[in-house]
Amino acid sequence: MTTAFGVETPGMHVARGPQEPPSLRALRYWAYQYKRTWRGSITTSFLYPVLYLAALGVGLGSLVDNHAHHVDQVRYIVFLAPGLLASTAMQIGGNDATYPVMAAIKWMRTYYAQLASPLRLLDVLLGHMGWIAVRLLTVTVIYVAVMAAFGTVLSPWAILAIPAAVLTGLAFATPIAAYAATQETDTAFSTIYRMVLIPLFLFSGTFFPVSQLPQWLQYLAYATPLYHGVTLCRDLALGQLHPVLDVLHALYLAALAVLGLWAAQRTYRTRLVV
Amino acid sequence: MPETADPTRLRSDAGPAPLVEARQLTKRFGAFTAVDAVDFEIAPGESFGFLGPNGAGKTSTMRMISCMSPVTSGTLRVFGLDPETDGPAIRRRIGLVPQEDTLDLQLTVFDNLVVYGRYFDLPRHEIRDRAKQLLEFIQLAERAHERVEPLSGGMKRRLTIARALVSNPELLILDEPTTGLDPQARHLVWDRLYRLKQQGVTQVVTTHYMDEAEQLCDRLVIMDNARIVAEGPPHLLIDRYSTREVVELRFASGDYASAAGRLDGLASRHEVLPDRLLLYTDDGEALVEEVRRTGMAPDRTLVRRSSLEDVFLYLTGRSLVE
Repeated sequence: MTTAFGVETPGMHVARGPQEPPSLRALRYWAYQYKRTWRGSITTSFLYPVLYLAALGVGLGSLVDNHAHHVDQVRYIVFLAPGLLASTAMQIGGNDATYPVMAAIKWMRTYYAQLASPLRLLDVLLGHMGWIAVRLLTVTVIYVAVMAAFGTVLSPWAILAIPAAVLTGLAFATPIAAYAATQETDTAFSTIYRMVLIPLFLFSGTFFPVSQLPQWLQYLAYATPLYHGVTLCRDLALGQLHPVLDVLHALYLAALAVLGLWAAQRTYRTRLVV
Repeated sequence: MPETADPTRLRSDAGPAPLVEARQLTKRFGAFTAVDAVDFEIAPGESFGFLGPNGAGKTSTMRMISCMSPVTSGTLRVFGLDPETDGPAIRRRIGLVPQEDTLDLQLTVFDNLVVYGRYFDLPRHEIRDRAKQLLEFIQLAERAHERVEPLSGGMKRRLTIARALVSNPELLILDEPTTGLDPQARHLVWDRLYRLKQQGVTQVVTTHYMDEAEQLCDRLVIMDNARIVAEGPPHLLIDRYSTREVVELRFASGDYASAAGRLDGLASRHEVLPDRLLLYTDDGEALVEEVRRTGMAPDRTLVRRSSLEDVFLYLTGRSLVE
């Protein structure tokens, strides 16, 4: 039956949709939102590695290579690039799990809109985290392409640095999202950046081998997730595999991502389903 | 499964099964009781209202019906299903207009509808067709490809209603659909809701405006302090709890208590408000004459028909809108 504005009688559902998994339907929202900003975002994804690799890899690297005669037997830029890849993934994972989560809870209330539909809480969470994974994937693919252009990719194993970097990003994104969902304001987010992400960026082996640190700081570095992301990406990009250790690095990161997801599922429920 | 064997089945009498059925429905937040053991039934095709002041428990009730907030105790059935176990299946058949808009301000009007339709797994072409029709229906077709952010409050509200209709719901839940809108915008929303009702969409409306409740609702419950204090069609509630007419008197002195004392016995009932005295009667003009004969000279006199406001005042001793 057609009505005044041409729609069917309430409840008369016509041909069902293509049965897309619910979490993918939630993810679609984020893809729609990205439509507005993708040009700038993709440009940044290119510029960031180009600038970093040019300044630190080529510029600073020539100094390092002249004086230290390579780091870990490779040119400095080759050493640095995979570390930057993992660090970039960390920053994107961290950033996308703070303000966008707060927006979806308070400013735009997207989560509530999704929860009013057939989507369940877990779908909503997986949709958002899945989108962060998609974002990480595009950024890391571009990053690895730029790395290759700078001649820093030494092994076909480097292709696996892409999922390794995505995993690194997710290991930060899910616990930080879990935390973000407990916050009333965004003031804590800059603290996360200053007190967690920046120190990790500087001291987790991105710019120099962790072995340069005093012994006690080395142990601290080993405990941080970024160290494992950096080391894994570097092993893959350089083709210097340590099979057992590399699997452990990946497991550490995966465990953190899953733990974060479990925590987020709880904090999201406490926050959104009251 | 035979229905008689279902222990959750609440109705024994025949007739169309209610779309929503609540028994002793209760919602607590810690020590605070937001909804206190309320009973109600909403029939298919009905426009059902929850009228009450802010904090009466209306929104908590709406959130439970829309399966977004767990029931603390009591029984709730929506389409005969249990929100606790069948939330997604129930929400598939519900359109929700929440108290606060949850539109994406950065997306276009049209994309807001498309994205929302995808949550319901509707085919893309169907969503697009419906989105176009709905934008005509709510008079936003010209703004389809503009961002939502700069739209007026009334336009955003209409868009939220359109969005709730994308999934072709059997039950439309409207939590304060026109709060904060100017009179023109309100009337446009009311008109659209009336048309939807004619098309058979069951509506549940919360409001703290008595005129809205009288406009939109076939039947309503009045809520106060987490409880239902009265239930019925608006005109029957007025008949039962108020007189036909009300005389409102304002005095320059502002001493309404003593004025009420002097006029005692003239009206069938009176209410003293901070800024006026209400006298309840079936013949307002006659009462005004009698007041004049007592020698009292009210500053302003108004005779009007009883409204749900008077019902609320009678039942709770307080005004609905402060």
